[in-house]
Amino acid sequence: MVPELGHFALILALCLAVALVVLPAAGVFRRSELLMQSARPLALGLWVMTSVAFAVLAQAFLNDDFSVAIVAAQSNSELPWFYKFAAVWGGHEGSLLLWMWILSAWCVAVAIFSRQLPLDMLARVLCVMGAVAVGFLLFMLLTSNPFGRLLPNPPAEGSDLNPLLQDPGMVIHPPMLYFGYVGFSVAFAFAIAALWSGKLDAAWARWSRPWSMVAWLFLTIGIALGSWWAYSVLGWGGWWFWDPVENASFMPWLVGTALIHSLAVTDKRGVFKSWTVLLAIFAFSLSLLGTFLVRSGVLTSVHSFAADPTRGIFILVFLGVVIGSSLTLYALRAPTVANKTDYSWLSREIFLLGNNILLLVAALSVLSGTLFPLIVDSLHLGKYSVGPPYFNAVFVPLMSILLVFMGIGPSNNWKRSRADELWRRLLPALLASLIVGFAFPFAYRGQFHWGVVLTVCLASWVIFTTVVDLRNKLRNANGWSAGLRRLTPAYYGMLIAHIGFAVSVLGVGLTTAYTEERDLRVAVGEHAQLAGYDFLFSGTESTRGPNYSAERGLIVVARDGKQLAELHPEKRRYNARRDQVMTEADIDAGLFRDIYVALGEPLENGAWAVRLHYKPFVRWIWLGGLLMALGGGLTVCDGRYRLQRRATTVAAAVAA
Amino acid sequence: MQRLKLFIPLIVFAVLAIFFFVVQKQIGSGAYDPQNMPSALLDKPLPVFQLPDLLSGATVANAVLQDKVVLVNVWATWCPSCLYEHPYLLKLAQQGVLIVGVDYKDDAAKARQWLQEKGNPYLAVLDDRAGTFGLDLGVTGAPETYLVDRSGTVRWRYQGPIDERVWSETLQPLLAKLTAAQGG
Repeated sequence: MVPELGHFALILALCLAVALVVLPAAGVFRRSELLMQSARPLALGLWVMTSVAFAVLAQAFLNDDFSVAIVAAQSNSELPWFYKFAAVWGGHEGSLLLWMWILSAWCVAVAIFSRQLPLDMLARVLCVMGAVAVGFLLFMLLTSNPFGRLLPNPPAEGSDLNPLLQDPGMVIHPPMLYFGYVGFSVAFAFAIAALWSGKLDAAWARWSRPWSMVAWLFLTIGIALGSWWAYSVLGWGGWWFWDPVENASFMPWLVGTALIHSLAVTDKRGVFKSWTVLLAIFAFSLSLLGTFLVRSGVLTSVHSFAADPTRGIFILVFLGVVIGSSLTLYALRAPTVANKTDYSWLSREIFLLGNNILLLVAALSVLSGTLFPLIVDSLHLGKYSVGPPYFNAVFVPLMSILLVFMGIGPSNNWKRSRADELWRRLLPALLASLIVGFAFPFAYRGQFHWGVVLTVCLASWVIFTTVVDLRNKLRNANGWSAGLRRLTPAYYGMLIAHIGFAVSVLGVGLTTAYTEERDLRVAVGEHAQLAGYDFLFSGTESTRGPNYSAERGLIVVARDGKQLAELHPEKRRYNARRDQVMTEADIDAGLFRDIYVALGEPLENGAWAVRLHYKPFVRWIWLGGLLMALGGGLTVCDGRYRLQRRATTVAAAVAA
Repeated sequence: MQRLKLFIPLIVFAVLAIFFFVVQKQIGSGAYDPQNMPSALLDKPLPVFQLPDLLSGATVANAVLQDKVVLVNVWATWCPSCLYEHPYLLKLAQQGVLIVGVDYKDDAAKARQWLQEKGNPYLAVLDDRAGTFGLDLGVTGAPETYLVDRSGTVRWRYQGPIDERVWSETLQPLLAKLTAAQGG
């Protein structure tokens, strides 16, 4: 009976979502305040109903109700409770419900935190988000009901969650990613509302800035977690595969990054309006396209654990309606009158525009790299595979230019900078980054390495120019601490996020250049050497986990005769999925290097094949991601957003 | 004129949408399956090859397949799905299924390490570093698997990792039929 309640709650949610589209829209057209006021309670109702459905499903998973089809398919009574909970979104139906729940949560957040927003704008924004919710609820109810039952003969035991997903990172990775994906629906709704009302002004940009920033920071964390998960679970030390599913999350991130920068320009300077709106539409469209590509089975990937081609048409139609109608609206309503160009070719605006274009080109090249094999093949033009070589060849130059711009951009003034002034200010940073860049590979390894020189030069360029900019900001203050206190959280947010990006770049470049790995056969008591570390293999023992049995190895890592760590890599065999053996690597993590040990195959006489990795600076990749998210968070906390918003509403009220 | 420029994103999107729609239709009607495209090679002889063996270095040619029903499995160390598929291939090999590997556009040293570490399910592994044989086969990516009968004719092709489902639903019946039909 209880699962049916969840189903019923979803149907009620659909009714409320339809009402959320119809009533506020009618209110806007008939200028009825009462109808517009209905948007807030309807959004809340939508969230309550979706939460009920989600709670019911989670309950079914936690109580091992195997009469519910997806519980039987994705869970098992032996699974620890937190993995049972995470198994809710381990498949297609459940992840859609999670998506929907997050969308409704964003609706409520908009309803609560937009007290300063004019009522007609709030009604429009929630109406657009309601329309997206209608699409997703219909999709769920018509094609992928999470509450489908296996009655009258429910299985006694479930077939267990895919062992690859039984990892702490996987418990939080999808919700983070979805918070990001779905968060762009808010920026999208604001953009559509602005086009609809015809009030595409700086105020619109100010309203949607914090929302876009929050969405972006969740997406950043989500992607970093996904990469970390791949590194620690897939068992062979890779952290990014340019796999279609990864690309699906990376494209909205690239466009979202462009969006938060473009919104800043529109907010502060009132230019690039059409461009910013277009980016908002793109960011959300790419999130939807990502869902489509992953769910429809058009592209296959290791990560898409929930593909089903029969649902493709529905998502495609939905995608067509959402993106098609918003681009049509854009084409009809976007302002054509170019702003008076009151910025010169050397100004902060231009560098932000340059960075925008680079990010968009990067996103489009990921898109074409992902779709190219499909397009060429279905047109019978031949068969190609697009792999990491293509993406690396495209990304290295694009990101290099982007990093150069990142250094120059913030040091520029709005409107106009003087070239000689800029040159004088940035020259020390340029010299310092060249010196550090060329010295680093010699100091670290005593050997020249082009990739490392490029990486370190560019990353330290960003860091040094940031320092120069900070010093410049402080030059008129009475002492350091007074000056530092005077700077805004938004400014610190930018500094930290930019440094975070440089840190990630360092991580990627240095790991790629300096990773060492060896596959060897080791007998019990045998030593192996890698990168100056000594590994002693002390044999394996059999252990049991809650829902698996494992062979657990013991490898003692030492350096210069001093013991550093005892690592326990495992080979796991899950009880419910006999044919899938999982390699559980063990990692001695450090800021400057990871030591990564994975068990291969058992050989004769207790000997094993083992894989040893030495990965310097690999943590920096994710550390940089966290710094970027932290920077985004600081920016959102900046009180100026709220103050200015209040000021604009007052101004608007006076004007009206 | 300015207004027309704003239609560009819409037009680009419309073209993409129509394209996806056609692909989806073809998937729906079974005319096109991205996971299992009817290969141009279906019921045609496997292309001629002459490549070094990854492990021994000896030259391997079509003769290695003679008079056997064989799976030809295209793989590489850069391909995560191959990692997923590998244990299942080992299991099939243990059951007596003959598998010839094609190490496609790969680093030979890494590939040897891979086999040493994870086990070798293959009868022979062709070192297709340059991807020429892959091109002849019309490989779109890895993993990809072809079923070749005793006469050296391609009978079936699958894109994506072989797993329990593919094996029990398609591959096993087909393999049993071919083995029986041609006098096992």
